Amino acid sequence: MIFSSPLLPALLLGVGGMVLLLAGVLTKRDSFAFCSLAAVALLVLAAISSAVAPDGVIFNGLLKTSLFTRFADTLVYLSAAMALILSLDYNRRENIARFEYPILVLFAVLGMIVMISAADLMTLYIGFELQSLALYITAAIARDSLRSTEAGLKYFVLGALASGLLIYGISLVYGFAGTTNFASLANILTGGAGYGTVIGIVFVLVGLAFKISAAPFHMWTPDVYEGAPTPVTALFGTAPKAAAMALFLSVMLGPFGHLAAQWQSIIEILSVLSMALGALAAIGQTSIKRLMAYSSIGHMGYALMGLAAGTEAGLQATLVYMALYVAMSFGAFACIIAMRRQGQAVEKISDLAGLAGQRPGLALALAIFMWAMAGIPPLSGFFGKLYVFAAALNAGLISLVVIGVITSIIGAFYYLRVIKVMYFDSGVPNFDATPAGVRFVMLVGTVATALFVFLPGPLVAVADAAARALMG
Amino acid sequence: MPQIGFPILSLITFLPLAGVFVLATMQGEDAAIAGRARFVALVTSLVVLALGLYLWSAFNPALPGYQFVETAPWLAGLDIAFRMGVDGISLFLILLTLFLTPIAILASGSITRRVRGFFSALLLLETMTVGMFAATDFVLFYVFFEAVLLPMYLIIGVWGGERRIYAALKFFVFTLAGSLFMLLALVWMWRNAGSTDMVTLAHTPIPANVQMWLFLAFLASFGVKAAVWPLHTWLPDAYGEAPLPGTIMLAAVLSKMGAYGFLRFAVPMLPNAAAAAEPLMFTLGVVAVIYVSFVALAQTDMKRLIAYSSVAHMGIIIIGIFTFTVEGIEGALFQMLSHGIVIAGLFVCTGVLLSRGEGLALSRLGGLAARMPAFAALLMLFSLANIGLPGTSGFIGEILVIVGALKVNFWVSLLGATGMVLGAAYMLVLVRAVLFDKFTRPELANLPDLKAREYAMLLPLAALVLWLGIYPSNFTRVFDAPVTALVQAHTASLMSHTALAMVTAK
Repeated sequence: MIFSSPLLPALLLGVGGMVLLLAGVLTKRDSFAFCSLAAVALLVLAAISSAVAPDGVIFNGLLKTSLFTRFADTLVYLSAAMALILSLDYNRRENIARFEYPILVLFAVLGMIVMISAADLMTLYIGFELQSLALYITAAIARDSLRSTEAGLKYFVLGALASGLLIYGISLVYGFAGTTNFASLANILTGGAGYGTVIGIVFVLVGLAFKISAAPFHMWTPDVYEGAPTPVTALFGTAPKAAAMALFLSVMLGPFGHLAAQWQSIIEILSVLSMALGALAAIGQTSIKRLMAYSSIGHMGYALMGLAAGTEAGLQATLVYMALYVAMSFGAFACIIAMRRQGQAVEKISDLAGLAGQRPGLALALAIFMWAMAGIPPLSGFFGKLYVFAAALNAGLISLVVIGVITSIIGAFYYLRVIKVMYFDSGVPNFDATPAGVRFVMLVGTVATALFVFLPGPLVAVADAAARALMG
Repeated sequence: MPQIGFPILSLITFLPLAGVFVLATMQGEDAAIAGRARFVALVTSLVVLALGLYLWSAFNPALPGYQFVETAPWLAGLDIAFRMGVDGISLFLILLTLFLTPIAILASGSITRRVRGFFSALLLLETMTVGMFAATDFVLFYVFFEAVLLPMYLIIGVWGGERRIYAALKFFVFTLAGSLFMLLALVWMWRNAGSTDMVTLAHTPIPANVQMWLFLAFLASFGVKAAVWPLHTWLPDAYGEAPLPGTIMLAAVLSKMGAYGFLRFAVPMLPNAAAAAEPLMFTLGVVAVIYVSFVALAQTDMKRLIAYSSVAHMGIIIIGIFTFTVEGIEGALFQMLSHGIVIAGLFVCTGVLLSRGEGLALSRLGGLAARMPAFAALLMLFSLANIGLPGTSGFIGEILVIVGALKVNFWVSLLGATGMVLGAAYMLVLVRAVLFDKFTRPELANLPDLKAREYAMLLPLAALVLWLGIYPSNFTRVFDAPVTALVQAHTASLMSHTALAMVTAK
C-alpha cells in the first residue's frame, strides 16, 4: 500500500533528508561525499516511486497528484540530481564541501514537489517557502566569499518580497472568494470575479513571476547567478524554474482558469518583456554566468508563451519547452564548471578563446548547448520553440509570436558569440582535466539535446498526456 | 511508383554521418592524420555518390509525383512525420550535391588545421543539404534548411580568410533572420492545412489575402539563401572569405536551396501571390542581372568577380521560375545545375592558383596560358560556359529562360538576355587578365601546370559542362513531368477552384 502511495516520493525525501542530517551531525568524519551520493540516490528512488505512483487527492484536497505533477516532479528530481553531481568535485575544491548542502537541496526539492502538487493556496505557500528558504542558504553556502553571501542576501530580500506579495495575494483571494481550495475556487470563479479577487490573482501572479524570473521581476537573477557557486547556479537555473513554471501553469489554468481573459494579457506582457530583456541585456555581458542568467530570463519568456495561449496545446508546448530547457541548461552549466584553470574557476567568455583547438569535445558540447538555446535545428531547443510558436499562433497571438521571432534573431547573436570565441579566436585556455561527474552531466545533456531530433515521440506524448491531465 | 527494397533516400542522407563517426574516432596530430581523414571523407562521399547514381538509374521520369517515398512517425500527435521522396525537380539537385561534395573534398588541400573537424563539417553539410532536397515534410525541410547553417558557419569561421569572423556572422544572421520568417509561414500553413506534408500543403488552397504575407516570408528566407538582389550582401563576403571547398559548396549547392524553395513552396502553394509578385520578382531578377553584372565588371579580385557573376546568374534563375511557363521553369532548373557545375569549376580554378602560392588580385596575374595550357583551356571552357556559349551547359539554361520570358514579357526577356552580353564582358576581362596580357611578374612564368588531383576535379566538371550542353535531353526529360504538372496546377488554380480539383484528381 505504502509503496504505491502518491505521498511516497515526498516521504522518501523528507524522512531521508532528516536521516541524512542526523547521520551528518553524528559522524565525526567528513560526510559531504556520502551525503551527496545518498541524496542523489534518494532523488532517483523518489523519481522511480513517483513514476509508479497513482493519481490521488490527499490530505482532504490539500495535495493532488496527477501525470502533470509527476512530469514536473521528474524534471525537478532530474535537475536536482544533476546539480548535486556537479557539486561533488566543485564544492571540494572551493572548500565548501559541507554535508548540509545536499540535505538543503533535498529539502528544497521537497518544497518544490509540494508546491507542484498543491491543490490549495496554503499548501502552495508552504511548499513555496520551504524551497525558498533552503535555496537562500545554498546561494550563500560559500559563506567566506563576499559574492556568495551577497547573492544569498539579495536572493533572500527579493525572495521575501515575492513571498510577501504572494501571501498578500492569497489573502485577498481568500477574502473575496471565501476559500483557498483550488477546486472550490474554480467553481466559484466560473462566472467571473470581482476586482478584489482579480487584484489578489495579480499579486499571486507577481509572486510566481519572481520565482521564474520573468521580466520585470527578474532583478535578482543576474546577481544571484553570478555570485552563487556555479553548481548552485546550475540548480537555480533548472529545478526551481521547472517547479515554479509548473506551479504557474497549474494555478493559472486550474483555479483561475475561467478568468483567462483577465490574466492572459499580463502573461503576454511578461512574456514579451522577458524575451526582449533576455535578448537585449545579454549582448553586453562578459561573464558567462550572467549570460546564462539573461538567457534564462529570455527562455522563461518563450515558455510563458505557451501559457499565454491558454490552451491544452500551449500547456503541452510549455512542458516540452521546460523539459528541453532543463536538459540544455544543466549541460551548459556542466561546461561552465569545467572552466577551471590551475585550480581556479574562470567565468569570462573570453577565457574560452581557442577552446576548440585544445579541447574539441568540451567546445563541441558547449557549442551544441549554445546553438540549442538559440533554437537552431536540428537541436532540441528548436522544437521547444516550434511548439510554443505553433500553440501561440493557433491561439491567435500573432504579434507575440512575431516578437518571439525577432528576439530569437537577436538572441542568436550572443549565443553565436560564445561559439565564435571558442572556435574562431585564438588562445590557450589550458583548462584543468574535467572530473568524471561533470563529464557525465555534460554527456547526458549533450545526448538529450543533440539526439532529441531522432526520438522526439516519447517526451512529446508524455507532455501531451500531462497537459490533458491538468486541463482534463 | 518505383520502390527499392531499402530506404535509399535516408541512406544517401545519413550515410555521410558514418564518415563523421569514423573521423571522430581518429586519434593523432593534424599533420599525421590529414591524409587518412581526407581519404575517409572521400570514400564516404564516393559511396554516397554511387548510391545517388543508382537512384537516378531506378528513377522513372514519366511520373510527376514523388518517388522512393519513405514515411516514418516523428513528432507524435502533430501529424509531422519523417517524410522523404524525390521527383524530377529535386533529383538532379541531390545528384549535384553528391557530385560536388567529393570535388570539394579534393579541393581542400589547403586545409591543414583541425582536418578532422573540417571533413566532418563537410560531410555534415552533405547530409543536411541532401536531406533538405529530399524532405517532403515542411518541418523536416525546415530542420535541414536551417541545420545547413551550423557546419557552414564553422567552415567559414574556422578555416576562412582574414575577415572570416565578420563573414561568418553576417552569413549566419542574414540566413537565420530570413528563415525564422519562413518558420512563421510554416506554422500558419500547418494550421491551415492540418498537416505539414508538402503534397497536402500544395493542394490546400490558401486565402488570397494571406498568400501575400506568406510569400513575403518566403521571400525573406529563400531570397537571402538564393542571394536575390538586394538580399545578397552577405554573399560576396561569405564567398570571398570561406575556404575554397566551402565556397564551392556555398556557390554551387547552397545558393540553389533558395531557388528550390521558391519552386517547391512559393509557386505551387501560393499561386495567387506568386502571380501577383511576378513583376516584383522580374524586377529583382533583371536588376540582379544588369546591376550586379556591372558590379562584377568592377571587381579586382578573381574570387569576388566570380561571386558576383553568381549573383547575376541567380537573377536569371529567378526570372525563369516566375515566368510560370514550362520553358522558363525548366530553364531555371537547368541553369541551377549548369551554374552549380560551372561555378564549381571556376572556383576550383582559383584554387589551382592559390595552391601555387598566387594571390587572386587580377592585376597581379597574367599570361598564364603560355606555361599552363591545360589550366588555360579548362578555365576558358568554364568561362565560356558561364557566359552561355552554345555547346556548353550555360547556353541551354539561359536560352530556355529567355524563351520562357519571351512568352510572358518581351522586355524582361530582352533585359534578361543582356546578362549574356554583360557576362561575356566580365568573364572575358577575367580570362584576359589571368591567362593573357603579359606576365606582370616574372615568377608567373614558372608555375607548373595541372597535377593529377586537379585533373581529377576539373575533368569531370568539364565533361558534365559539355554533356549538359550537347545532349541536354538526358536531363530535361526528367524535368518534363513535374514541371508540366506544376505549371498546369499553377494556371488552373489561377483560373478557378474547379479546375484545380481536376488537376489534383489527375
